[in-house]
Amino acid sequence: MGAPRNYQTHAVVIKETRIGEVDKILTIYTPELGKLKAVARGACRPGSKLGGNVEPLTYSLLMLAKGRNLDIVTQSQTADAFPALKSDLWRMACGLYILELVDSFTVENNENGPLFDLLLNALNWLCQSDNNETVLRYFELHLLDCLGYRPQLQRCVICNSPIKPVVNFFGFGQGGILCSNCGQKDPAAHSISVEVLKVLRLWQRCDYATARRVVLKSELALELEQVMQGYIKYLLQREVKSIAWLDELRKTQFDNSHVRG
Amino acid sequence: MATTEPVAKLVEAFSKLPGIGPKGAQRLTYYLLRSPVEEARALAEAILALGEKIRLCSVCFNITDCDPCLICQDKERDHSKICVVERPSDIPPLEQTGKYSGVYHVLHGTISPAQGIGSRELKMKELLLRLQDGQVTEVILATNPNVEGEATAMYLRQMIQPLDIRISRLARGLPFGADLEYADAMTLRQAIEDRQEF
Repeated sequence: MGAPRNYQTHAVVIKETRIGEVDKILTIYTPELGKLKAVARGACRPGSKLGGNVEPLTYSLLMLAKGRNLDIVTQSQTADAFPALKSDLWRMACGLYILELVDSFTVENNENGPLFDLLLNALNWLCQSDNNETVLRYFELHLLDCLGYRPQLQRCVICNSPIKPVVNFFGFGQGGILCSNCGQKDPAAHSISVEVLKVLRLWQRCDYATARRVVLKSELALELEQVMQGYIKYLLQREVKSIAWLDELRKTQFDNSHVRG
Repeated sequence: MATTEPVAKLVEAFSKLPGIGPKGAQRLTYYLLRSPVEEARALAEAILALGEKIRLCSVCFNITDCDPCLICQDKERDHSKICVVERPSDIPPLEQTGKYSGVYHVLHGTISPAQGIGSRELKMKELLLRLQDGQVTEVILATNPNVEGEATAMYLRQMIQPLDIRISRLARGLPFGADLEYADAMTLRQAIEDRQEF
């Protein structure tokens, strides 16, 4: 007997591409199959039964039929529409950044259960948290963990010496911390303060409930962001496009209560 | 058998259009070949006119062959209301309702962070300039009710709020002919929140 023609899966919709007048190609992230692309026929029609269930930033239960090239979404039901994300500009921007990171770092049909759990948790944390910068940094750090890019933060990745409590460096190419001696010899290394290193070490091993209790001053939050985004840019070999939108929103400072602190 | 050059050229041109494959392109070409030459000329002139005569209205950025466009020129329309839409193709369905007599503003897209489209890529600054003269009393945000449309509407709301102008959003809820059983959670939520006296 061959593989079943229809199957059911939970999925977070991470991207949509419109094709033709009313169809969409969805990029979804599932717990059992990893990233998939699937066709949602007629999803752009006002009366479509798929409609809002297959919008990005939605967690849905999907029924799919095996297709020749792409599988086809036949039924859908929203499990969580994350209304708190979709009704707040800053939270939505953070959510879209998370989706872009997942899409950029993953390949199709490569199962990664921990990454799926992290993605779903991060979207829920964004809905509940007032300090979304912490959610973003914690997500970035643990995303790299799930993908095998966990930065080495305990000892110098070049000379293996213990890290002293002085200004050290983060080597993007080396994937971890460089002591002050080794770091000074590498012009591409990014300096990292003792405080930021401590926060990264703590966040790397603690759960989110502990991580969110850390209160960061704006300078430290900025340094943390620069280190993480520098490493991500190095790994992807390109900019994450959503960062420009996050920066634009921060500059406009429409809603200061949400932005950085 | 080699195809005659003008025929091959037209087949190639047609097949570049969205939704038209090589066979469809061939069918259209042979249809034109059989049609009276006036019909082909009218089609060619209409296509040429697109490039030569059509431009964007300097006020609302809708596509037009005269500047300002007919809607912006119309003194009968209510110029104190501006309906903001994503694309020029969103205007005809709104006009067909016969319920709106204000003017429009076309953004030419929506905010799409993953594609690197922010507010600067859209006609947002131009909209704010239109609102400066104090004539406008209401802005109707008619972007699509999806993630990008919502992001665009929320961003516009925050930009317009300090100007003390009424901001409204097209109502969201169940479309006519829909089935409650199959409605998604977000739509039903909106439908319940925005329910009306009956």
